[in-house]
Amino acid sequence: MNCHDKAHRLIHTYLDGDLSKAEEKILSSHLEECEACQRHLYELKRTITLLPSTEQVSAPADFTKNVMQKLPAEKKRVTYLRMWKAHPLVVSAALLFIFMISGVFATWHQDSELVVSKQEGLMIEENTVIVPADVTVSGDVYVKNGDLRIDGSVDGNVTLINGRLIEDEPRQGEPLMASVGEVSGELKQIDQFFDWIWYQVEYVFQNVFRF
Amino acid sequence: MEQVIRDKIRQVKKGDQSAFEDVIAFYQDKIYRHCFRMIGNAHEAEDIAQEAFIRAYINIHSFDDRRKFSTWLYRIATNVTIDHIRKRKPDYFLDDKIKGTEGLDMYSRLISNTPSPGEEAESRELQRYIHQEITRLPPKYRSIIILRYIEEFSLQEISNTMDIPLGTVKTRIHRAREALRKKLRYV
Ligand SMILES: [Zn+2]
Repeated sequence: MNCHDKAHRLIHTYLDGDLSKAEEKILSSHLEECEACQRHLYELKRTITLLPSTEQVSAPADFTKNVMQKLPAEKKRVTYLRMWKAHPLVVSAALLFIFMISGVFATWHQDSELVVSKQEGLMIEENTVIVPADVTVSGDVYVKNGDLRIDGSVDGNVTLINGRLIEDEPRQGEPLMASVGEVSGELKQIDQFFDWIWYQVEYVFQNVFRF
Repeated sequence: MEQVIRDKIRQVKKGDQSAFEDVIAFYQDKIYRHCFRMIGNAHEAEDIAQEAFIRAYINIHSFDDRRKFSTWLYRIATNVTIDHIRKRKPDYFLDDKIKGTEGLDMYSRLISNTPSPGEEAESRELQRYIHQEITRLPPKYRSIIILRYIEEFSLQEISNTMDIPLGTVKTRIHRAREALRKKLRYV
């Protein structure tokens, strides 16, 4: 019996294609004299040849479609980007339409009041916003419908809409110096209608396409 | 094809869901078939295969591009199927009646149309019997036997797919072969 067990192990090793030369000899000499093990090997081989005869089936007709419908919603950003790539004109028109509805145009025409971001240290004289010398304003400065003079410095971005950046006249006797005080961030001037539109577009994009 | 799939996966990883459609279309038959063989029921096989693709999509970022996608997908499909088998309470088989279709079993639905002469019916009977015996194996043997002898994976590929050591694959295959031998010896 023990000898059969060993032969059975060898038979499986043989079926896996792992038999060494030496083992092959042992197995074949055992098979020559043992009918039970011959029969065993025959049955195993036959089983293996029977297995693939289970018939072929294919996935149901709408399989792919059904899976696609069940996938979790894709990140918005990509959908918009793909839409933009596929239909740039449609998307541009749609954006323009959104602006019209959302009153960007109206805002532009009606609104002429001075608007300033609230920060300590900013001074306002009539229609001019001033960052006094020796003052560092922290955060982004936003001025709309007014002019801006920076004598001190701004630790952030500066956005000027529909206004001018007033540059100091160089005083006599002094060398010509950079008239604008320091701005650590970006200085952006928007004083034309289409720039304004573009600014809005960027704003919309940054928000819509954020992850 | 391997390269096309690779590119598609990359697009999916970037967030392009539509690229996954081609991936599903390419593998749907293979994965569905695998699930069907494991579970032995067309309706369940469809649910499981769908879930396998959905899981693959959700976990796409954990797929290592340097490896074979099909191996990864088969592993997910196998795991989903085994989970499903474990959860399902009473085991039932192909010859169980489908609700509402009296006298029609799964197999007569699957192998449809062609009028069958005696011989064909007999071989169909045999196919059915073999399939039934495979689905009666414990799941961990079942998946290995299907991968090895029906889907013709190498032992190493099975080891990669199932994420189990080669030695374990061999042990399981030996046991499964013995179990099937006993069932099929008088066929
Ligand atoms: Zn013997």
